[in-house]
Amino acid sequence: MSRTYLGMPAFPRAAAESTRDGTLRANLRHATHTIRAKRAAAVAELEDWERLRAAGAAVKDRTLHHLDHYLPLLEENVTRAGGTVHWAADADEANRIVTDLVRATGEREVVKVKSMVTQETGLNAALEEAGIRAYETDLAELIVQLGDDLPSHILVPAIHRGRREIRDVFRDRMADWGRPAPEGLTDRPADLAEAARLHLREKFLRCKVGISGANFMVAETGTLVVVESEGNGRMCLTLPETLISVVGIEKTVPTWRDLEIYLQLLPRSSTAERMNPYTSMWTGTTDEDGPRDFHLVLLDNGRTDTLADEVGRQALRCIRCSACLNVCPVYERAGGHAYGSPYPGPIGAILTPQLRGLASPLEESLPFASSLCGACYEVCPVAIDIPEVLVHLRERVVEGGPVTVGGNRTVIRPAKRHALERAAMRAAGWAFDHPAALRRAQRLAARTRRVHPRRLPGPGRAWSDTRELPEVPEESFRDWWARTRGERP
Amino acid sequence: MTDGPAHSAGRARILGRVRRALADVPRYERPEDHPVPRDYLRAHGERTPAESVDLLAARLTDYRAVVHRTDPPGLPALLAELLRRRGAHRVVVPVGLPDGWLAEAAVEQVVDTAELTARALDAVDSVVTGCALAIAETGTLVLDAGPDQGRRRITLVPDHHLCVVRAPGQVVDSVPRALERLSPVRPLTWISGPSATSDIELDRVEGVHGPRTLEVVLVESPEPPS
Repeated sequence: MSRTYLGMPAFPRAAAESTRDGTLRANLRHATHTIRAKRAAAVAELEDWERLRAAGAAVKDRTLHHLDHYLPLLEENVTRAGGTVHWAADADEANRIVTDLVRATGEREVVKVKSMVTQETGLNAALEEAGIRAYETDLAELIVQLGDDLPSHILVPAIHRGRREIRDVFRDRMADWGRPAPEGLTDRPADLAEAARLHLREKFLRCKVGISGANFMVAETGTLVVVESEGNGRMCLTLPETLISVVGIEKTVPTWRDLEIYLQLLPRSSTAERMNPYTSMWTGTTDEDGPRDFHLVLLDNGRTDTLADEVGRQALRCIRCSACLNVCPVYERAGGHAYGSPYPGPIGAILTPQLRGLASPLEESLPFASSLCGACYEVCPVAIDIPEVLVHLRERVVEGGPVTVGGNRTVIRPAKRHALERAAMRAAGWAFDHPAALRRAQRLAARTRRVHPRRLPGPGRAWSDTRELPEVPEESFRDWWARTRGERP
Repeated sequence: MTDGPAHSAGRARILGRVRRALADVPRYERPEDHPVPRDYLRAHGERTPAESVDLLAARLTDYRAVVHRTDPPGLPALLAELLRRRGAHRVVVPVGLPDGWLAEAAVEQVVDTAELTARALDAVDSVVTGCALAIAETGTLVLDAGPDQGRRRITLVPDHHLCVVRAPGQVVDSVPRALERLSPVRPLTWISGPSATSDIELDRVEGVHGPRTLEVVLVESPEPPS
């Protein structure tokens, strides 16, 4: 079975549950704090980091603003190099194309490189329905797959699991999927890695179809790039006879030279390394070296809808490094599952509602899953102003307005659950325009402070369920100013 | 299959959506009109060729590659010694491994050919190759499947990789300088230390699917007088 994110509750409910999980919080705190300091050191080594960051953002913006130019160019060059390009407007189309391609090979099993985009489309479940078994080969994805779990982090999908839990999953579940875990397996990371090596080796040597995503696609050359650490990527990209890469259209960069920016930004932001252990670059097919057949499936699935939003489209610059997750106080406490999609954390809070549209209470709640502290923007290697997009999306949820869904422009109505916020905003706007009324209200609040409830009544209850109500001071700022400065307010 | 009318329908739909989404981009704007500042550095710091080689050695070691240094006449004896220490009996080599590199090694050489299967590779002890270039700042070896490197799989399946870097000729300072010298037409593999993972509690552990031992031999020739 493959679990899916379907029917996940809105963020506040999911987070209220996950924050009560002590093990989860300890695992997350340990992992995110480990990586934070390391990332800062790796970034500090490059004196031109801010310039690389600006260039990284600008190249992505150029690409996005001219995607209608770069996508056909990419297609032309991949095709010229011996690859076949397919276009998938949504997840179902992508899954159908991949399933048909695997069926055409006659194979019933595939090895997979970790890929965010096939998590997004739910490819494994679609393959399972067609009787094709997909083996995840990234260590963390393997932990998730064996544990019948869901990923909770972009880079380290099993970040919510500590070493002892991983040992238990391997010991209990590996035999169901192939070679069992070694007898007496310990929870030493090196032993766990060895167990994964033994378990997967047989599959790498046997499987004739590999499925991957890609970190970058170079339009002018048709080159695809996959960065990884373990070597499972290299196995899947070079040993099978058929390679199918499913890639979001926003992964395009214009030129070969542009890689010099991202190959400096990505590893340092992601695993805090000067360079990740393995990077593979391939252009179409090569005689006798690697797969004979190469298919590239270009995926839209909400990306063009995101592109249509002039503020929100910067989310498409994302290179999936996960630095924003690792610094986020909300992610650290709530964990990745609460975000209800393969894209958790701050980037997920702006990407999911845009890719899927504000389709359900979950998507509507995500732009509010942030304290707007801005740490995510500071660490983002392509300078996505996540707080700006969060506020923009909050306005869309509360006020409604124009959006693009499935390529069609439409106007959405304000979300019902946010009627109170809208009313409060309007009331605040009115009060600030009427200073005398505001003054009276503040005095009244100060005089009645002893009788204020700990929770708000009525429609405000939901808001105060998850928050401590602020204490109203004895005296308003205006009154204090008037008293101490001796002026008439 | 997915080609034909369905293929072109998907293509037309996506490109149509892209164009509508970009209605705010002026029609006269060309891609190159969108400014990209490229004032970042081509390399970090000034170094002599010898200093670059030292930095490469330090950075390789930092990520747990084992580094050895020798001169051209000493190479065959060093490679023989390293393979002996490893206990390697069967060693896969690319077709164009320079004559003499393994002249002193008492090993069975398995030459990389299209017939050599992944399963057969799984049964060899070591692989010996050259490289296309190495990047000092990041401690990276780049292989481009050239005659002295072979197909990508031979440096992946065996558990022990011995890689020879000709210094300082093959050593560049930085990622930008590396890309200038590489061709995207060739399949490229960038290697920075042995296979590793950060998947358990975000802590780096060496040794998953690729070679768990990476040994790098820096063969240093004096710079030819210019």
